[in-house]
Amino acid sequence: MSTIAEMPSGPGDKVLSAQSTFRSVMNAMARPASVQRIAALADAPAPMTPAMAAIALTLFDHDTPLWLDAQIAESPDVPRWLKFHTGAPVVHDCGMAAFALIADGGRLPALENFAFGSVDYPDRSTTVIVQAESLNAGCAYELRGPGIKGTATLQATIKPADLFEQLRINEVLFPRGIDTILVADDAVVAIPRTTRLITKGS
Amino acid sequence: MYVAAKGGERAIENAHRLLAHERRGDKNVAELRLDQISEQLSLAVDRVMSEGSLFDRELAALAIKQARGDLIEAIFLVRAFRTTLPRFGSAEPINTGDMRVQRRISATFKDVPGGQILGPTFDYTHRLLDPALEQGFIPEEPAITEAADLSTPCITDILGSDGLIEPSPQGAEITGDLTRDPLRFPAAHDVRLQNLARGDEGFLLAMAYSNVRGYFRSHPFAGEIRFGEVEVEFFAEDAGLTVPLGSIELTECQMVNKFNGSAKEAPRFTRGYGLSFGHSERKTMSMALVDRSLRARELGEDVVAPAQDEEFIMSHSDNVQAAGFVEHLKLPHYVDFQSELGLVRKLRQEFADANEALLVEEAAE
Amino acid sequence: MTQSDIQNIKRKALMTVLAHSVLSEIAEHLRAISLPAYENLREPENGLVMLRGRIGGDGAPFNLGEATVSRAAVRLASGEIGFGYALGRNLEKAKLIALCDALLQSQEFAATLEEKVAAPLRLRLLGRRQRRAGQAAATKVDFYTMVRGEATS
Repeated sequence: MSTIAEMPSGPGDKVLSAQSTFRSVMNAMARPASVQRIAALADAPAPMTPAMAAIALTLFDHDTPLWLDAQIAESPDVPRWLKFHTGAPVVHDCGMAAFALIADGGRLPALENFAFGSVDYPDRSTTVIVQAESLNAGCAYELRGPGIKGTATLQATIKPADLFEQLRINEVLFPRGIDTILVADDAVVAIPRTTRLITKGS
Repeated sequence: MYVAAKGGERAIENAHRLLAHERRGDKNVAELRLDQISEQLSLAVDRVMSEGSLFDRELAALAIKQARGDLIEAIFLVRAFRTTLPRFGSAEPINTGDMRVQRRISATFKDVPGGQILGPTFDYTHRLLDPALEQGFIPEEPAITEAADLSTPCITDILGSDGLIEPSPQGAEITGDLTRDPLRFPAAHDVRLQNLARGDEGFLLAMAYSNVRGYFRSHPFAGEIRFGEVEVEFFAEDAGLTVPLGSIELTECQMVNKFNGSAKEAPRFTRGYGLSFGHSERKTMSMALVDRSLRARELGEDVVAPAQDEEFIMSHSDNVQAAGFVEHLKLPHYVDFQSELGLVRKLRQEFADANEALLVEEAAE
Repeated sequence: MTQSDIQNIKRKALMTVLAHSVLSEIAEHLRAISLPAYENLREPENGLVMLRGRIGGDGAPFNLGEATVSRAAVRLASGEIGFGYALGRNLEKAKLIALCDALLQSQEFAATLEEKVAAPLRLRLLGRRQRRAGQAAATKVDFYTMVRGEATS
């Protein structure tokens, strides 16, 4: 375990990098399935990727409880890095989390365990951030929904392989539901709760 | 119903330009500096900090300048600003018992331990306008007495040691935060106090007055009022250490009310509590009176007065909300009004037709 | 009490004095020290802290309102990490507090820091507090009781 003295320092211009990352995530949410780039990648301890780290620095603070999957929670440095740079509390019950950080998609908990928000406050749900293997190669997902003109195709290699099937719970939950953000390298793709899977190629 | 309307951009732009010009006033008069506002209109700054719910003298002074002295507008500006900053966390609860008092009085005990310290007060002034202040005025240096010991035990502790007054409700947890969770009724005591602490001074003053004037038969005594500096500490997660942040000025009021007792409880005094940023005795006294009257449910009192109704008080105490609702009425309601106009015309026509028919009928008879 | 408890008490005492001092005072006294190289571990930033009171002054906590706070974290070239927190919006002040906190933890600088920075600022702070207390004390009421009727002797 590294000491705090060896910890990577934060980005030089916090405000500018947060604004640029925020815009990438916002565009990703507004245009589901489109691949956006994160310009201001942040140095982060493994297994957290620089793109997830940049999102963490942008969206997390004292008011956003986090749930970490086993691979992240058990890493020696990520929890301390998150606490130091964002101040966000880590919770053990993923139903209390504003964000869930998933490094190992193969062990994603059943989505029912996350917060769906309430009918009065559907925004009080968990946004699940998943580190994917690739967001430009792999299985072809044909998607539709608000923000997509007609249909859009996302080529990606994601674990769990049935993520989109699992996200079908959003159909009955609306306006409650789960928003998902996928990251790989410097790419970010959002699958908000209104996006539906039409077909899945190979 | 609201319909988007275009146009008026230039008029709005010019109106803002005119506003900036009017705010500056006669350019032959020196422009106000923020430190002048902060130093010489310090009680206005205190009020803006209290009701703006943000302790920052410079920001409050800027808001007062920008709002041309309209304190509710300034409070609105401060509330809006605070949403732009991240929250690092919550400070350790402040210990007002350790206050370095500038003023501390009790209306209940003349010889209160620690003494009656008047401090900088308007009390005992004659409320005569002072022409000396019209021109530059240099006040005398304040008198200084070698302060031996200014430790001032809380009045409630003195009464509490004999069981003559109820203890404060204990607990370690905050049940809610109005800046994060919407109001729900019945509201817990901590949420009520948060609401009152940022509530409008005028509203609370009127409600407190209604309490003592007769709507709620209450016999309050100002057990203690203190004003001074307290230390603020914060557990810094990153440092793993409780760090001092500096000190702030607060006013605290303990109101003492008689309680006649019930079949189960012996008679004793109950308490109402007020606390606010800066020096604002009227606010904290009003807050303490309303805090006490809002405990009707808990103490089994009949709810007969407005100041005992927590939904009424808490829903209307916030001047930013109240001003927002009242003042939105001046924004365009053209379409709304057109439909009302149509309806009234139709009803008038029906009324006229009915009258005419009646006249015809009467004439026929 | 462990060595680190004692160290933390010293750090807190230093932070108290610095948080109560204004930027120019801190900067002026720091000029007396030739500073080692350091970097920002995290860019200084402004934010809010929710202040809390207690119901009845001594009961359960409640949220009173927020205050602006600046904070910073720096790392000396020799590895010591310092943290700076202070009410207000003064990034430079938070950074200098963090720097002083780091210097205090360095064997090389602790004594100089105490002599050149902490001691004079502490004296100034105590002087200010004493003056304020003296002004308040001068407004303390001395009651004297009017003797009614004829004193009999």
